[in-house]
Amino acid sequence: MNDWPTVQEEAATTADRPLARPPLVLNRRNFSWITERISGVVEDRAPRWWWVCFTITGTIAMFGLFCLGYQISTGVGTWGNNIPVGWAWDITNFVFWIGIGHAGTLISAILFLLRQKWRTSINRSAEAMTLFAVMCAAIFPGVHVGRVWMAWYLAPVPNNYGIWPNFRSPLMWDVFAVSTYFTVSVLFWYTGLIPDLATLRDRATTKIRKFLFGVFACGWRGSNRNWRHYEMAYLLLAGLSTPLVLSVHSVVSFDFAASILPTWHTTIFPPYFVAGAIFGGFAMVLTLLIPARAIFKLHDIITPQHIDKMAKIILLTGSFVSYAYVMEFFVAWYSGNAYERFAFWNRVLGPYWWYWWTGMLFCNILSPQLFWFRWCRRNILVVYFVCMCVNAGMWFERFIIIVGGLHRDFIPSSWGIFVPTWVDIWTFVGTLGIFTSLFLLFVRFLPMIAMSEVKIVLPEADAHAHSPNGHHPVAAGGMERT
Amino acid sequence: MRTPSGHEVYAMGAEYPSPAALYEAAKMVRDAGFKRWDVFSPFPIHGMDEAMGLGKSWLSAVVLAGGISGLLTAVLVEFGPSWGLYPLIVHGKPYDWRTVPAFFPIMFEMTVLFSAFAAFFAVLIMNGLPRPHHPIFNWDRFSRVTNDGFFLVIEARDPRFTELEARELLERSGGQYITVVHED
Repeated sequence: MNDWPTVQEEAATTADRPLARPPLVLNRRNFSWITERISGVVEDRAPRWWWVCFTITGTIAMFGLFCLGYQISTGVGTWGNNIPVGWAWDITNFVFWIGIGHAGTLISAILFLLRQKWRTSINRSAEAMTLFAVMCAAIFPGVHVGRVWMAWYLAPVPNNYGIWPNFRSPLMWDVFAVSTYFTVSVLFWYTGLIPDLATLRDRATTKIRKFLFGVFACGWRGSNRNWRHYEMAYLLLAGLSTPLVLSVHSVVSFDFAASILPTWHTTIFPPYFVAGAIFGGFAMVLTLLIPARAIFKLHDIITPQHIDKMAKIILLTGSFVSYAYVMEFFVAWYSGNAYERFAFWNRVLGPYWWYWWTGMLFCNILSPQLFWFRWCRRNILVVYFVCMCVNAGMWFERFIIIVGGLHRDFIPSSWGIFVPTWVDIWTFVGTLGIFTSLFLLFVRFLPMIAMSEVKIVLPEADAHAHSPNGHHPVAAGGMERT
Repeated sequence: MRTPSGHEVYAMGAEYPSPAALYEAAKMVRDAGFKRWDVFSPFPIHGMDEAMGLGKSWLSAVVLAGGISGLLTAVLVEFGPSWGLYPLIVHGKPYDWRTVPAFFPIMFEMTVLFSAFAAFFAVLIMNGLPRPHHPIFNWDRFSRVTNDGFFLVIEARDPRFTELEARELLERSGGQYITVVHED
């Protein structure tokens, strides 16, 4: 008798292989390869393309900052907003950006609770994207208040006028939801960064790097007594972020749903908005990660499998969104409410008809259907095309909801139309520049992939991997590494 | 305890080739009855808490306390103005107890906010961080702990610590590069 598997056992193992999970890190990379490759992105000289991209996005960001300065010093009249369209591109952009942030929290928190190990390759950059998107989002309601220097009225601060905010207003809920969301996202992100900052500290060659990474790594030394508390904190932050992220876009949708306007006053809004946020956010994650993966040669860490899974999430959430679109039309018909029915006919055939046909129908409903096919999910160009459609489509969707709801009032005499000014356009384009510039800076100065988390999904990270005969169940991806 | 060269001894450490080896070694050190010792790894190793004989982290209790204080803060901030300082009637809606459901979203957000702060500060305080310097950093091999090094360290202040016994145990458990780490 010996311990070698018999022929039958060998055959059984081979037969099981189609069911074995594909590896999450390709080409049998080891721990130090992961450290080298990811730290290298931060430590090596910035490649030329980085400077090219940063020059372009930085210039666009400057245009945006100029427009904000002009708008603040001149007044909200520099935007095209006018009654009846009191909310236009500003709130469209706010909802667009805050929605993008939601994918980052979904990846970092919800997929963590669901034990989706593939999240480890993408969670760090997705969380960074969340923070930058929320910053861009906060700009719009911030300056839309008109007198930015009075924005502190939003906070319940005791003041000598004895005035307090209205805590029953969905707009006030939004202030609390978005500021809590940003703060908790920063805490979660920084907690996750501490072990990786320690890696960069230990690899630092210059005094300045050693000092700065040393300060921000808080003296982390990988002790298991520390990991014990750290893992509990991480789990709890994930558990807290999960209901939080669902609440944030629900509260954003209350801004509309609590009004009496046709197309806004619906109970379907909270789940519809949350699904749309994750849908648009995943498209943005892929928009940023597909080029980053190619440029920094991260193909072994962000594998076709990761892109495939994100494409499936886009298809799933896109289906929720499509269902909500269809249900809105059904309820408009079924309610028998003349204003509601008119508003939806107007959405399809009114002045903004092409926004609906291209944005909602083509980009959001039809384009993700390509992801039913494995070939499309594995083809980078198709994935990128769909993501670009979804990015645009989700902006159009918010525009249709906001301006489409407002421009046809109950009384035809107060109907109007919205035309954006150059300040509207350049403020939005400027936030795209601010967002991408911040992301480029992040990629250069912080580890864009969570090294300590990716290492856990390697099979050799499993302390039970070397049991006799390999009969012990191995962590995901363990047996089938090619 | 001092070395012949006059350095104060902090601990004796060993490096292990894999998480599995470190895991087995941790069980041996635990069973040998040591109390002041620790293992170090680039990532948390599944099952290591049990291998070291550590229980559940009670950080969760701090987070619960944080959440409760957040909820109470929201209750105070919302009911204070509404019931005393600044009763505000909007759309003719009530501002007495019947207004409570409209206060729930902010109560929820404040609960989450305070819980998250509690989790963040608790993980730092319970781990004794930030701590700019630690004697373990005197061991030159130790800088690989954030890359691919797996270490087990028995501190000299452990009552069972003797240089001979610690070295023998680390050798028996498969440790490599067994080193005396200095305090300064």
